[in-house]
Amino acid sequence: MSTTVRDTALFGLVAVLLIGTGMIQGWNSALLILNMGLISAIMALGVNLQWGFAGLFNIGVMGFVALGGLAAVLVSTEPVPEAWQAGGLRILAGLVLGAATVVAAVYAQKRLEGRTKTIATLVILVGGFFLYRAVFDPGKVAVEAVNPASTGNLGGLNLPILLSWPVGGLLAAGAAWVIGKTALGLRSDYLAIATLGIAEIIIAVLKNEDWLARGVKNVIGLDRPVPYEIDLQQDPGFVERAASLGFDPVTASTLYTKLGYAILFTIVLLILLWLAQKALQSPWGRMMRAIRDNETAAEAMGKDVTARHLQIFILGSAICGIAGAMMTTLDGQLTPGTYQPLRFTFLIWVMVIVGGSGNNFGAVLGGMLIWWLWVQVEPLGLGLMNILSSGLEDGSALKERMIESAAHMRLLTMGLVLLLVLRFSPRGLIPER
Amino acid sequence: MDFLNAIVAFANFVFVPGLAYGAQLAIGALGVTMIYGILRFSNFAHGDTMAFGTAITILFTTAFIGMGITFGPLPTALLALPFGIGVTILLLLGTDWAVYKFYREQKASPVILVIVSMGVMFVMNGIVRFIIGVRDIRFADGERFIITARGFKEMTGLDEGLAIKTTQAITVVVALIAMALLFWFLNKTRTGKSMRAFSDNEDLALLSGINPDWVVKVTWMIVAALATTAGVLYGLDKSFKAFTYFQLLLPIFAAAIVGGLGNPLGAIAGGFVIAFSEVTITYAWKKVLVYLMPESLEPDGLVQLLSTDYKFAVSFAILIIVLLFKPTGLFKGQSV
Repeated sequence: MSTTVRDTALFGLVAVLLIGTGMIQGWNSALLILNMGLISAIMALGVNLQWGFAGLFNIGVMGFVALGGLAAVLVSTEPVPEAWQAGGLRILAGLVLGAATVVAAVYAQKRLEGRTKTIATLVILVGGFFLYRAVFDPGKVAVEAVNPASTGNLGGLNLPILLSWPVGGLLAAGAAWVIGKTALGLRSDYLAIATLGIAEIIIAVLKNEDWLARGVKNVIGLDRPVPYEIDLQQDPGFVERAASLGFDPVTASTLYTKLGYAILFTIVLLILLWLAQKALQSPWGRMMRAIRDNETAAEAMGKDVTARHLQIFILGSAICGIAGAMMTTLDGQLTPGTYQPLRFTFLIWVMVIVGGSGNNFGAVLGGMLIWWLWVQVEPLGLGLMNILSSGLEDGSALKERMIESAAHMRLLTMGLVLLLVLRFSPRGLIPER
Repeated sequence: MDFLNAIVAFANFVFVPGLAYGAQLAIGALGVTMIYGILRFSNFAHGDTMAFGTAITILFTTAFIGMGITFGPLPTALLALPFGIGVTILLLLGTDWAVYKFYREQKASPVILVIVSMGVMFVMNGIVRFIIGVRDIRFADGERFIITARGFKEMTGLDEGLAIKTTQAITVVVALIAMALLFWFLNKTRTGKSMRAFSDNEDLALLSGINPDWVVKVTWMIVAALATTAGVLYGLDKSFKAFTYFQLLLPIFAAAIVGGLGNPLGAIAGGFVIAFSEVTITYAWKKVLVYLMPESLEPDGLVQLLSTDYKFAVSFAILIIVLLFKPTGLFKGQSV
């Protein structure tokens, strides 16, 4: 019983922190932290699936999150008919050719023998590459030339943005399948480097392939699943209800939209958490942990370790993709330049380790708690520095330096938290049971 | 004449930059490979160790210039380098004492140590930002060029110029010295030999009375020296920005793995393999091809295989190919 009390108390602590933030810094900031905290919790759930259940060392989370963001753009924006006419088919044909080249090369690798194998593979790859470029490049140039200031891409499907959440998961799952097929046989730290590299490549693609999602020109003003604040403020019924609750319309509308997001995110989180719990307690979950703890023994029991690893790698990455689509929906924009591994990969890892790897509730707790800390370290650090330097006279170099350095407290704090947890409570706040 | 022009263009845009970049990667990869060989984990904090060493060196450089001490035509940073190395040694020994030692005594699995090094990475990244901020810093002074493109054209009468930056030459020379010192140390000195023994077979090394604490300490010192040198050379050649050093982690690891983790010779070879592949695949070959092809066949486009932003993809592709076909790397590395 005591463990349940402890876990509840820890979640209670998160609630207290959020409510405290609401009372001191305003409810808007509290809801902002809550929303990103919920998304972070989902990402942590995905990483926990891979690391906690199966011991897969994936540090390419950023890439899958970014793919989810791409899905939000591809699903919800309007198509650009001129661009499709200019070169849409060429681009599609080029991509199909590229994929066919890779498939043919893999096929040659499997079927042929000896020197023929090497030569055939090389010929297919080199020939296919130039063919792909010859078909693809003119299409790309033509599409990117169409009204580059506002579009310059093929656009999306003009479907509701909520649909992009599952699509983001599928996109990430597809990428994870390709990656898993090539890299999952590798040792743990090789897999880590490989996933780190793939994440960077995905970001590079998003930054450079303007025809896809406008690259570093960013896509802004994505659709929203919740009403716009400005519409609410002009709705007399809403203003009246807000007034009867004692809010002014502006505050009420911002809180209303943020609460809307929070409810949507909570629903997704609860569904995924329920599924993950069911999976953990099922024979499948026990098999996963058995494989994690002793691969050789599991293999001797007739378990297909590689296939199971691939499976859970895809599932975990899909969850990260869903979270990525949700995040882009919340932001209302896709900005490939802002994806950085420290924030989107390693921070998620801190959440999982601190929360408790192998325990879904731990991952969720870690996600919410660490996100709160990540946001609040800066104001807290600034306050600390102000107190520490209050004895110094105004304008002294040391004082300025101390106050300036508060901005850099984030990474330091995260590192210290991770190291302290690893040292003194290596199983995390809510350990695996 | 056209042929000579093509060679000079190739040397100017591909060979010389590739050589310098390769030397920087090689020294970085040597550090990674040393930690892997002796301490047996992949150190994710290596990029940030390089950034730390460079940041300290920059501080000393500014102090030296402030005192009026310069190194003539050479960058003052070279004078500051030993001091940067010294401080970095203190930092790494401190980190080992405060963090890694505990896990070593517990005989924690390598993957736990990797996660620990992620924590160290965060802390070091924070410290670097604390010390020097996130600005882009250029700290190369002295002569900028050994040969300028214009001077070369006048000297030889060719259409193409060959420019060699001082920093490029220094990179190669310093890298050679560092490598020679390292190999001399590993092969000739008693400590170096015991380090190799420790790397080959830990139990046997312990049995024959090698002091593991001393081996570990010396390893961290060497790693500090290598990381700082690599960081300073890279910073001199390009510029210093805390974030780029973190991104260097990928090509550096690729170099170390391609060469065979734990094998110093492999790290050097890997560094050059990665650097030259990156440069050749992302270089626009039109400039060279114009001289070699008859006018009618001259290429329209830039003849660039991949855009420069995809250089990660290059190191990554090589990494995957090597891992799939020769998992221990080009030179035989360790496989744990």
